[in-house]
Amino acid sequence: MRGNFAKITKILSAGVVAAGLLASASARAAEDTIKVGILHSLSGTMAISETTLKDVMLMLIDEQNAKGGLLGKKLEAVVVDPASNWPLFAEKARELISKDKVAAVFGCWTSVSRKSVLPVFSELDNILFYPVQYEGEESERNVFYTGAAPNQQAIPAVDYLMSADGGSVKRWVLEGTDYVYPRTTNKILEAYLKAKGVPAEDIMVNYTPFGFSDWQTEVSAIKKFGSAGKKTAVVSTVNGDANVPFYKELGNQGIKAEDIPVMAFSVGEEELAGLDTGPLVGHLAAWNYFESVDTPENKKFIDDWHKFIKNDKRTTNDPMEAHYIGFNMWVKAVEKAGTTDPDKVIDAMVGVSVPNLTGGYSTMMPNHHITKPVLIGEIQADGQFETVSQTPGLVMGDEWSDYLPDSKNLISDWRAPLSCGNFNVATGKCGGKGTN
Amino acid sequence: MILLRAIGLTLLLTMAGLLPSKAADADLRATIAKFATAANFSATEAIVRELAASGDSAVEKPLSALADGNLYIRKADSQVFIGKEAGDGIELLDALSGEKAADAAKTDLTKIKVNNGLRRTIRDTLGSLTLRAKDASVRLAAAATMFKTPDAANIEPLDAAIAAETDPGVKALFEQARAASVLVSDKPEADKLAAVSVIAARGDRDALSLLTSAEASAQGTVKDAATAAIGHIDSKLALWDAGQNIWYGISLGSVLLLAAIGLAITFGVMGVINMAHGEMVMLGAYTTFVVQQVIRTSFPGLFDWSLVIALPLAFLVAGLVGLAIERGIIRFLYGRPLETLLATWGVSLILQQAVRSIFGPTNQEVGNPSWMSGSFDIGQLAITWNRLWILVFALLVFGVLLYVMKRTPWGLQMRAVTANRRMAASMGIKTPWVDALTFALGSGIAGIAGVALSQIDNVSPNLGRGYIIDSFMVVVFGGVGNLWGTLVGAFSLGIVNKFLEPYAGAVLGKIVVLVLIILFIQKRPRGLFALKGRAVEA
Repeated sequence: MRGNFAKITKILSAGVVAAGLLASASARAAEDTIKVGILHSLSGTMAISETTLKDVMLMLIDEQNAKGGLLGKKLEAVVVDPASNWPLFAEKARELISKDKVAAVFGCWTSVSRKSVLPVFSELDNILFYPVQYEGEESERNVFYTGAAPNQQAIPAVDYLMSADGGSVKRWVLEGTDYVYPRTTNKILEAYLKAKGVPAEDIMVNYTPFGFSDWQTEVSAIKKFGSAGKKTAVVSTVNGDANVPFYKELGNQGIKAEDIPVMAFSVGEEELAGLDTGPLVGHLAAWNYFESVDTPENKKFIDDWHKFIKNDKRTTNDPMEAHYIGFNMWVKAVEKAGTTDPDKVIDAMVGVSVPNLTGGYSTMMPNHHITKPVLIGEIQADGQFETVSQTPGLVMGDEWSDYLPDSKNLISDWRAPLSCGNFNVATGKCGGKGTN
Repeated sequence: MILLRAIGLTLLLTMAGLLPSKAADADLRATIAKFATAANFSATEAIVRELAASGDSAVEKPLSALADGNLYIRKADSQVFIGKEAGDGIELLDALSGEKAADAAKTDLTKIKVNNGLRRTIRDTLGSLTLRAKDASVRLAAAATMFKTPDAANIEPLDAAIAAETDPGVKALFEQARAASVLVSDKPEADKLAAVSVIAARGDRDALSLLTSAEASAQGTVKDAATAAIGHIDSKLALWDAGQNIWYGISLGSVLLLAAIGLAITFGVMGVINMAHGEMVMLGAYTTFVVQQVIRTSFPGLFDWSLVIALPLAFLVAGLVGLAIERGIIRFLYGRPLETLLATWGVSLILQQAVRSIFGPTNQEVGNPSWMSGSFDIGQLAITWNRLWILVFALLVFGVLLYVMKRTPWGLQMRAVTANRRMAASMGIKTPWVDALTFALGSGIAGIAGVALSQIDNVSPNLGRGYIIDSFMVVVFGGVGNLWGTLVGAFSLGIVNKFLEPYAGAVLGKIVVLVLIILFIQKRPRGLFALKGRAVEA
């Protein structure tokens, strides 16, 4: 018994020593480089969109290293694959922060994956850069939202359609995939349209499942709704994969953009690459960036991208620009703070301003959202978007929508005295509730 | 002498004819040149209107080029040309005559921007300019545009066009277009009443749309007439809607049938729970993509045949992969359904990731051949060509498969092995090879289904995922082991789904169908057409 116990202690102590050695080895490695986590799905349904973002992050990190790294150290990318599996996102995030000790994480695409990692980031106090347009109604201390909030995409898009240039639309179809982003966005849009005096019978809301492929009934319902003698438009929050059959059906049933334009919030250059865009010319999309934007910064970005990915045909898109902005902001904030300690970097981030690819500067606001221009583009025969309208200045991301009763009194300010993500201006208390 | 004089006269006449048009030409050119300086869409629109006001049909070329986004400004001298893609560069054509003028690189040119509003304006102006075109189809298109964009100013040109028109079909459409314009003009009530009845006779959605807006703005008897006409059209359209739902249901059914028919063999006949079935469909779709890629680069003339060429190749590719899966994995797992399920699930993941690594995670573009694009109308029913062909194709595949199973020696052996393996083996049938070939046949058929499905769905590594559940649903519902059951199951599920969708929405509709199937399976565990006999019990 005694001998056994001694043996066990021996083994245990050997294990502890070995573990200590390992830990110091990894600590030494960590001293030499700054690790940056990349949390994008490389397999499963979302791989179609997220793989590109992983590649663009690798490119940005390479470029930063070629410029001499950061704080005199090289950057090192740590890539993990959460495989389009929402709970796995949280596990992988924990692995990145606890095991790999990354300084910041760039990742997530769907809102549900973001929601799944939120508790991990606040518990372990690390930073997440989220690059995709989303439904808003959220502001977290540990998250920086570099994609568009609804007021940076949806509202200006609807405004354009209501204007004379956009065809003075009077009747609206809100078509979406059945999950949190379209549901919340459509709720905001419905409230906004009603506030603008659109009667309820002129708004049709419809949802379809993920990956929906038989659009015949929906498209003919749109056709029917559009034949009431008023100018009709479709506002589409249909998600990635379901778009191709949707647009094919529109083309086949002869719905032309001149008659019933479709304004999409989730269709970018990448989605169009899998489509014959001939019949779609004139349908619209609202983004903060188009590959066709003619600025020297964008030209350089596209050239670098083609060189990095070794394929001239690969497109660039809005979430890629969001990562470009987010990464450069993080680099600047780390330089400003003089450390990669997430706590200090988070405080240094607010107010950081970096060039975006559309010829202006984007600034990180106290609500952890950024300022961006809003572009409305029409699909061209070559699969690119032609900008037909652009907001005159930059639009500041508004996390709590003013058009939803639950969130209209909420603001977010993560700077020192207030430091609250959901401050209720009516009650003067931190901790109001949003709609989700 | 007379001849000479005649020639001289003709020459003179031609010159006389040419001279004024030359002058008009110069005017038009001056107007077109202004495109180069237009700062925004409204400036461009003003120039379009100016061109249209000339009434010269020569402006059709530059205007339709503008609408198609093919009008360019050369940066060097701000001249306006029609551009045509030619390799890497652009071939510049004269904006009026359409003759070749020069070549240029894309970077030397600025495209004149158009938006939907401009395209609409151009379409409308071209409509009134082409009312007297020689080609009847052009006149028809002009009339259709004018019908959709009623304007009191249209009445006069339409009156003239109606008087000159000889084709009865075009004339009828002209009259409808005129009626539409009368409704928005300040003509007397009697004219408007006549117009309402002309439009009501058309009886389609466009007519409904016009009448609804007329009803909103009119008063008195015109309003009543419009209301009555709307009610009449509405009730007629309701009938057509039911017909449309049936057609959509049949079309969805044909897609389900295509996706499930391979599974009806591997799962239905052989009893293998094949989770990699969807990936066979995906392989077929990717084969189509590769075939189209080769055709695009090497034999562009064959594009319309690409699907026909892809069919046997897809059958081979998917069939061979199926054969490899059967020989490599499944044959060790017969009689162990749970292991088979897990193993084929793993295979499906491997195949997905392999395709993702080779072709990339993004969607690939598979084009529609011209005979599969667009739609045609039967009454108020719009039937798209691709759906129709897929229906025909699904029935064809079904027929061929039925023939193979019921009328060929191979089919006989397949059925014999399924019915009683040991007896079949005793009769000298090489059961392992029958198994392998049956599985390959099922997989190959899934492959050719992929060729058809590439026409209506995304070609991405996830293509198969979307069909696997539906396929199992169809086979189980129809009755395992019965091809006819699969046929009936596919079409009934399709039709039920499409009748539910308009009322319940797509999401709820699907749930309702699933619940109905579960209830049905409770009542009849073997599906619609259950196999009877000892084989089933074994």
